Amino acid sequence: MRSLVLVAGNGAGSVLRLEDPLSFWGGVDPPTGRIIDRRHPNCGDSVSGRILVMPYGRGSSSSSSILLEGVRLGAAPAAIVLREVDGILALGAAVARELYEQSPPVVVLPPADWKAVPEGAEASVDVSGRLRIAG
Amino acid sequence: MAAATTPETVELTDHDRAMLAGDCGEAAAVAMRILITMAGVYGAERLLDIEGAHIDGCLYHGDSGVDFAELLVAGGARVNVPTTLNVGGLDLLHPEEFAGTAERRAKALRLMECYEEMGCRTIWTCAPYQTTPRPAFGQQVAWAESNAIVFANSVLGARTHRYGDFIDICAAITGRAPAVGLHLEKNRRGQVVFDFRGLPRSLTSATWLLPAIGYLVGERCGSRVPVLLGLTDADEDGLKALGAAAASSGAVALFHAVGLTPEAPTLEAALGGGEAEEWIEVTVDDLRAGLDSLSTVAAAQEGAGPECEADVRINVVALGSPHFSPREFAELLPLVERRPPASSVEFVVCTNRQALEWLEARGELEHLRGLGVRVVVDTCVVVAPILRTPAGGILMTNSGKFSHYAPGNVGFDVVFGSLSDCVDSAHAGRLRRDRELWP
Repeated sequence: MRSLVLVAGNGAGSVLRLEDPLSFWGGVDPPTGRIIDRRHPNCGDSVSGRILVMPYGRGSSSSSSILLEGVRLGAAPAAIVLREVDGILALGAAVARELYEQSPPVVVLPPADWKAVPEGAEASVDVSGRLRIAG
Repeated sequence: MAAATTPETVELTDHDRAMLAGDCGEAAAVAMRILITMAGVYGAERLLDIEGAHIDGCLYHGDSGVDFAELLVAGGARVNVPTTLNVGGLDLLHPEEFAGTAERRAKALRLMECYEEMGCRTIWTCAPYQTTPRPAFGQQVAWAESNAIVFANSVLGARTHRYGDFIDICAAITGRAPAVGLHLEKNRRGQVVFDFRGLPRSLTSATWLLPAIGYLVGERCGSRVPVLLGLTDADEDGLKALGAAAASSGAVALFHAVGLTPEAPTLEAALGGGEAEEWIEVTVDDLRAGLDSLSTVAAAQEGAGPECEADVRINVVALGSPHFSPREFAELLPLVERRPPASSVEFVVCTNRQALEWLEARGELEHLRGLGVRVVVDTCVVVAPILRTPAGGILMTNSGKFSHYAPGNVGFDVVFGSLSDCVDSAHAGRLRRDRELWP
């Protein structure tokens, strides 16, 4: 699948699908990547090392900090695959690239493709924004 | 899918190029690189001049934020437009209020100092719009902090896109921002109408319900621009509570309240002459659902009944998200005077230095403290270790934003209630709510 690249990079891992938007701030624990927003259906899952497929972020603008902190601590998602452009998450990744010279790619898929990414599948995103699903 | 531009296609002025080349210092070059990347993300064709900025990056979330600020300070960063600071990680006037480790405290302090060194005004508040000066109608600014963004756009009619940590300071250093989103007239028209006219006036004029209204608006409209029709009595504090809740449950950065906010003298004006994409008739059941979303304690939700409520023990009452204003203190004072908090309940109000001075000038600060109320400035209980009560208990608040973030950030269950319900519950040590006011 071809995506729109917000912040380019390479990442591989298993897919974690969030059908509901998630605020990283107040929603993700940076050292572990665990989802801690008790109102979120995926509360308790970990985003660390996953191909995180989510519609868009919501809520506080501090979410970019939480993503950046996740990169620093090695617990960030392997890639973030959005359905809508999200400047706040893209910014966290853009600053990570400036500061730590690494970041998860942040890409946007058209809604039909976004919907078709299967939960739990092994997947990868490359610098050109191509999303490959194993098997 | 949005058509993003690439950084290579963003139109730059000669001065933009000079900053990018490092002619204005290394920090300005870093800032310009990030701005241009983000202009690409947003699909902006060019950058525009801003006249002010509000910075959220001064709040400690971990060492990465300090790393970034130190990188800018080392690169000679100075802000180029009047710039204010959001809350930091500790109360600088009352450092004893900090309950975290010495290491975290030192880092939170260093981060705050870095932003001060860049020339920002140290107002340390999430309600910068209730201090002076504030942005004028139509003025282009770059604001961060979700509740401040929604207030600046909606209530002041200033123009900011939804900025966050890092890009806020990049804009302040360069005086530039991507020409995109809510900076542009065409993106400011209302898209979804929430029609409250079918509700009794006793509900649409109840200011304590505004966070519940904001919460349901945010949940239903995502990142679209909502138009609120039929709210008539909300003052600035009410609109601040509504906007903060809407920006917590959704990505709301601008709302129009017909007859109340400056870009919405009429419904037609709020819709910018166009048609609404969606029209939602809000019912009493919707309001009840909005209220339930603000409480995580089942016994405090709709249908549980007053007899269940009486068994709910309250450990903490937290007020002031966004920061309490003098007018809100004036409302609180007679209530706590009549019913001071029980010694078993931790009662905290978060505010800014201007409101603190207002209290001090009237001799009310010592009075409040004598009644068992803690007043915290510069920071807030859901972003910094301020609460002394161990996590795991129940926190009551009249704030939609506290209600949304307290469970995840500080590990408390929450119960939402009016200001007077919060005071009554703190006095009793158990949940008390005036059911007559409920929808």
